[in-house]
Amino acid sequence: MKYSLPTSSRSLRQDALRRLARNRVAVCSVVFLVGMFLACFLLPLFPCIPDPNVTDLEHIASAGSWQHWLGTDHLGRDMLARVLYGGRISLLVGVLATAVTVCAGVVYGLLAGYVGGRTDAFMMRAVDVLFALPFIVVVVVFSLSIEQPCRELTECVVRVTGWSRDAVAPLLGLVPVFLAIGALGWLTLARIVRAQTLVLREQEFVLAARSLGLSHVTILFRHIAPNLLGPVIVYTTLAVPGIILTESTLSFIGLGVKAPNSSWGTLIKEGADRMEVAPELLLYPALFFCLTLLALNFLGDGLRDAFDPKSARD
Amino acid sequence: MIKFLAKRLGQGALVLFVLESLTFFLVRALPGNPFLGERQLPEHVLAQLNSLYGLDTGVWEQFARYWKAILLHGDFGPSLVREGVQVSEIIAQAFPASLQLGCAAMALAVAVGIPAGMFAAHWRNRWPDALFMLAAIAGICIPSFVLAPVLGITLGAHVPGLSVAGWDNPLCLLLPAVALGAVNAAYVARLTRAGMVEALSSDFVRTARAKGAGAARILWVHALRSGLMPAVSYLGPAFAALITGSFVVESCFQVPGLGLHFVNATTDRDYFLIQGLVFCYGVLIVAANLAVDLFLAWLDPRMRS
Repeated sequence: MKYSLPTSSRSLRQDALRRLARNRVAVCSVVFLVGMFLACFLLPLFPCIPDPNVTDLEHIASAGSWQHWLGTDHLGRDMLARVLYGGRISLLVGVLATAVTVCAGVVYGLLAGYVGGRTDAFMMRAVDVLFALPFIVVVVVFSLSIEQPCRELTECVVRVTGWSRDAVAPLLGLVPVFLAIGALGWLTLARIVRAQTLVLREQEFVLAARSLGLSHVTILFRHIAPNLLGPVIVYTTLAVPGIILTESTLSFIGLGVKAPNSSWGTLIKEGADRMEVAPELLLYPALFFCLTLLALNFLGDGLRDAFDPKSARD
Repeated sequence: MIKFLAKRLGQGALVLFVLESLTFFLVRALPGNPFLGERQLPEHVLAQLNSLYGLDTGVWEQFARYWKAILLHGDFGPSLVREGVQVSEIIAQAFPASLQLGCAAMALAVAVGIPAGMFAAHWRNRWPDALFMLAAIAGICIPSFVLAPVLGITLGAHVPGLSVAGWDNPLCLLLPAVALGAVNAAYVARLTRAGMVEALSSDFVRTARAKGAGAARILWVHALRSGLMPAVSYLGPAFAALITGSFVVESCFQVPGLGLHFVNATTDRDYFLIQGLVFCYGVLIVAANLAVDLFLAWLDPRMRS
């Protein structure tokens, strides 16, 4: 008689992914988000979408038609193109600012938790102080003080690479926005990561790694950091909507994305100004914006439930 | 207890000192200066203005003078942009509107969020739960800068008594409070649900059930105490943020509050006003966190160690 040993065991991460795949709302959100990303980044490459800044003087403030699927605004610009290009900026800033946030938060939290003692206490008090700063002031101070260096960086890039300024400037113009948002966004994550690291560093596998003579850097990044993946992924997914929201708020009050670029926030602002005349100018960007945030939040909730079965609906 | 309070107050004072000093150097690192207007001022006028406001001396000397004025006289200095107005006057003038609006928004968040969360937890995984949590997540995803203009046009313009702009009767408070408080109500509902679900599945609730306590008593008396904790920890800092005003809601409804100053003072480089505002916000945050800790200790005896 032959006994078959279980040939494979599932890791925590595979388990989480299986649980996520069973969560219908989360799967729908993933499909929606992938579709939104593809639409915003690929669809404008096709000729059926006109340039968002070109005015069609024969169709001013028109309703949806074959030529302009979602109609045009008061200057005759195609609404669908504007919403898709706005989505590009909003999603790009969302992803980049989250990357800044996550890198800073994870490294800071790991160091504080791993070193411990007085260093930890000092680093966490610093976080307390930064938490007491009004978010909006820091964002404004940051975006104002990085503007000039960014302009210089643009000149420098243009000179070195020889690319046209029109291609480089819009992208680099976003740098102050996402650095400003990332400047305070990492605080919560730093606290979460530090709390987890404090628990992890007392565990046997860290002791084993240390007795093998591994360096602190190896222990931190090869042994402790991978165990933080769950909470970090969950936090990141839930942070992206918050960051897109911040960017849009900034653009709404006129401090974020500068013309001729537009993000969902600036489109919503323009729509809100002309809402009584043409409510659909507010409706379309707001709809795209809210649905994306909704999908991100659903996905974040699904991931949290998948990584932490205790918190799942039972 | 007194020792705990003294320790926390000491920590709070330290945080405030570091916060204010950080802001002092942060705003002076901003490019530009407060006297840049549409017109470039002549060199000698600029020098005179700088010496009038004491900005022509070394940074450390200014720093020492600034702290001395605060500690000895409670003087936060003059506004650099609005001539002849003290920072404390500006804050005292704008704070009441923000305070009223923030309290109304807070009341809304608590009055809607906590019952909704309790209700959802009670009907966990049934349709009322799904409905309430869908509403909550929608509330999180509809930002105030969409909600405020939509509310203003749809309700404010057509329902008599509600106004979209103005600050003369209590009804004016309603729409901005909804626009400001909706997000918080949604967060509170989610946190209350999470806390209540955990409390309802804990051992002490099972004991209460075994003793024959009714469903209402279990929900309102036994579970609520510990189920409220996540929402309370969120509400403290949120309250401090609410009563210092929101730029978006205040500009949409023309509320004469503090929120506008936070942004305008920074873009205008009004150094003393920014510092005063940050100080004000810092005091509120420190006080809110202390109040939260005391309230949590009252809710849960295990926290009183």
